[in-house]
Amino acid sequence: MSVLLVLLIVLGIGFVGFFIGRRRAGAQDAGKVKVHSRAHYHGWWVFLVSVLPAVLFIAIWSAASSIYLERSAEASLPAQTAESVVASRSLALGMVQGIADGLDRLDPAEMQNLPQSYGELRSLLGSKGVALASEGQDYMIPIAQRWHSGAAVARTIGAGIAFALAIAGLIFGLSGIHPRARARNNVERVVLWGLLAASTIAILTTVGIVFSMLFQTINFFSVVSPWNFFFGTVWDPRFADAGAGATAGQFGLIPLLAGTLYIALVAMLFAVPVGLFAAIYMAEYASPKVRSIVKPLLEILAGIPTIVYGFFALVTVGPFLRDLSAAISGGPGFIMAQSVLTAGLVMGIMLIPFVSSLSDDIITAVPGTMRDGSLGLGATRSETVKRVILPAALPGIVGALLLTASRAIGETMIVVLAAGVAARLTVNPFEAMTTITVKIVNQLTGDLEFNSPQTLVAFALGITLFFLTLAMNIFALYIVRKYREQYE
Amino acid sequence: MTDTMLNSNVAAIDRPVRRDIGIKRRYAAERRFRFYGIVAIAIGIFFLFALLFSVISNGYTAFWQTTIELPVKLDEKVIDPNNQRASNPNVLMTANYPVLVRNALAEKLGVPLTNRPAMRDVSKFVSDGVRNQLREMVVANPSLIGTTQTIPVLAGADIDSAFKGQFDLDVDEANRKVSDQQVAWMKTLSDEGVMKQEFNTGLFTYGASSRPETAGLGVALIGSLYMMLIVLALALPIGVAASIYLEEYARKSRLTDIIEVNINNLAAVPSIVFGLLGLAVFINLAGLPRSASLVGGLVLTLMTLPTIIIATRAALRAVPPSIRAAALGLGASKTQMVFHHVLPLAAPGILTGTIIGLAQALGETAPLLLIGMVAFVVGYPTTPMDPATALPVQIFMWANEAERAFVERTSGAIIVLLLFLAVMNIAAIILRRRVERRW
Repeated sequence: MSVLLVLLIVLGIGFVGFFIGRRRAGAQDAGKVKVHSRAHYHGWWVFLVSVLPAVLFIAIWSAASSIYLERSAEASLPAQTAESVVASRSLALGMVQGIADGLDRLDPAEMQNLPQSYGELRSLLGSKGVALASEGQDYMIPIAQRWHSGAAVARTIGAGIAFALAIAGLIFGLSGIHPRARARNNVERVVLWGLLAASTIAILTTVGIVFSMLFQTINFFSVVSPWNFFFGTVWDPRFADAGAGATAGQFGLIPLLAGTLYIALVAMLFAVPVGLFAAIYMAEYASPKVRSIVKPLLEILAGIPTIVYGFFALVTVGPFLRDLSAAISGGPGFIMAQSVLTAGLVMGIMLIPFVSSLSDDIITAVPGTMRDGSLGLGATRSETVKRVILPAALPGIVGALLLTASRAIGETMIVVLAAGVAARLTVNPFEAMTTITVKIVNQLTGDLEFNSPQTLVAFALGITLFFLTLAMNIFALYIVRKYREQYE
Repeated sequence: MTDTMLNSNVAAIDRPVRRDIGIKRRYAAERRFRFYGIVAIAIGIFFLFALLFSVISNGYTAFWQTTIELPVKLDEKVIDPNNQRASNPNVLMTANYPVLVRNALAEKLGVPLTNRPAMRDVSKFVSDGVRNQLREMVVANPSLIGTTQTIPVLAGADIDSAFKGQFDLDVDEANRKVSDQQVAWMKTLSDEGVMKQEFNTGLFTYGASSRPETAGLGVALIGSLYMMLIVLALALPIGVAASIYLEEYARKSRLTDIIEVNINNLAAVPSIVFGLLGLAVFINLAGLPRSASLVGGLVLTLMTLPTIIIATRAALRAVPPSIRAAALGLGASKTQMVFHHVLPLAAPGILTGTIIGLAQALGETAPLLLIGMVAFVVGYPTTPMDPATALPVQIFMWANEAERAFVERTSGAIIVLLLFLAVMNIAAIILRRRVERRW
């Protein structure tokens, strides 16, 4: 019996409980005693007490039983796997699990005379649409069989207990129905716990991000020293054949960090003046009509997915800059199609609306009295902007620029398509450099073996990126918040 | 008299020369400053239109596809030379269908079958996709064997590009992808009305293919649809529940403070980090399959949650306290007040935020690359656990292909994506205008 079916039946029991409970509560409302809760609250309370414990049990039971089965299968793996064809125990375990899952598709007759050689079993399962790895061994079949039958037993026991819990809950809930029962308060308490649980998901996500990356990063640092990672100047991970054990690669962060910061710098050099001037014009000069047209137009730029910018850089901007440089120099172009300049320029276009709308908000938040005072003393508008408004808005603008910069650093698709993959240190913006995000994508796409440093390094890069942007964001939010309080 | 007095005064009191406070210079600076602002806005808008122009001019042709109507003789001697199809159905699967089409085309063009160089040009004229097309036809209805059927076959990718006028025919013949002979054939066939451009339904129905003319967005559209449904089903209830708690119930405490800061930070975490989370937690730890739209949906849910929470909290805050006071005053419990009164009034704002969050999720690429959605998936995924791709990921994969016809397809796919996003955003704007209430 599959978990989904069990869940559906439990839900069914719950709904039966809801209707019986509602009817029974309604029947008790004869007008003699003042009822505490309306009938449907009694119904929902019966539903909750019969469904919630059962669902919780199912979740815990299925997690626990699968861990138990995996442990016992691992224990029964023969010791020699380390030296045999299959590289590691975890890989062998994965194959056994694959077989055990595949056995679900066989009918009882086929289970009775299961082929005991791996080759036959593989072709049998292949005909059922289950693809197995080619290098499996015969000894895996009995282990998989035990796993399979163990899982079936666990599911049956689990389903039985879940149904018992649901029905017990149903009876308990129904027996508790009387006119003065505080069903509404009970239901509302459960709802409140549900709301609290939903709001902790945000924290769980952050914790998940940090821990998942931290574990892999620690694994990575057990192979490559942190010193070599953080201060190494050569990036040459050398993809080894899976399982060959050759790990001699160099994982230097410096070239990637330099590329990331350089491209972000070029992007900011383009986006900040354009965005800031656009914001100033819209806040201080533009008529409401112009503003109502221009602001949405610029915000369209923010709604375009970054992959589209990447394609724009790849197909239009890169070749254009290359041809332009070729026309200027008269010979071969000095700007490469994939270069820091291309990626930075296109990323800058993407950032314009961030800079402009964030700064626009901050500039309009400067109190009108300051503006009027300056204009009244005879300053021109531009002098007012330069001498009064910008200094007053400066902390907020700095915060906005930090937020924008953190976005530039974490941007992925534009640089994947436009910046190139060669990790080198150069100061020439016309050459290709690469970034942290590009390397994360490079290391994790395609076939991967999970425990090689070539893969794990992506998590070390990821956690570096995470803390880099986190620091910038927290600092920026702190500044923005502090600044806002100043005028409120 | 006054005049003389004034004159004498001017002479007497040596009036100070008016100090040069640089009015001219200052006004020039003012004009310059204003001009910079206009230039900045112009730059922004220029790039917006450059981008849209580049995509549309490259991509609008992708919605048309060149087809050739050919009378193809389904020759039994080619399909099933030994007459085994009754005993061995595999014969029909492995038969050499392209030869049939090639011969039919050669006959049409009057090329002798023995002229090998010309026949090579002929076989490049039609797409290799005819193999599948004819196989499906014949397997579905074996009685067609031996008859002659008029079927529309797709032109090859280069011929398609040439027919759309995307190749410069003045280039030396050796340096371009179509021969003069093929160009001449194109002319005869299109004069006859046999070769024409039709609306490219294949762009929306085909799965992955290494041949541009049979590559389509079918799998990607279904994958994206699954992911959007998952995001909607998970992120909306969780986001609304979290916002209700934070906005209506939570007392100011350290826990709620942490949650607040957390949500603001999550909104600014680079999207690729969510991909790493998905890889480590959903695939490695929970053992969900790689490339599945379920995992993609979960990752996008976590990414979209902060957007929805921030929008929902703003919508809840916009409901005036008088509503809450009135509900409580009439004896509603706090939960009834929130769910019966505040939430329905905040619903339009919540919906707007949700649509914008979904639009963001639809265009997101980076995290999906890490959970293996860069996959060559030919068949439609039937459940969210099957391998699939997504619309932006398909764009990424096509963008890495070199052929001219793929540039066209990529731009076409981008147009499709942008249209979806435009529809969603316009819906959000209309919803906001229509239903928004000013208190």
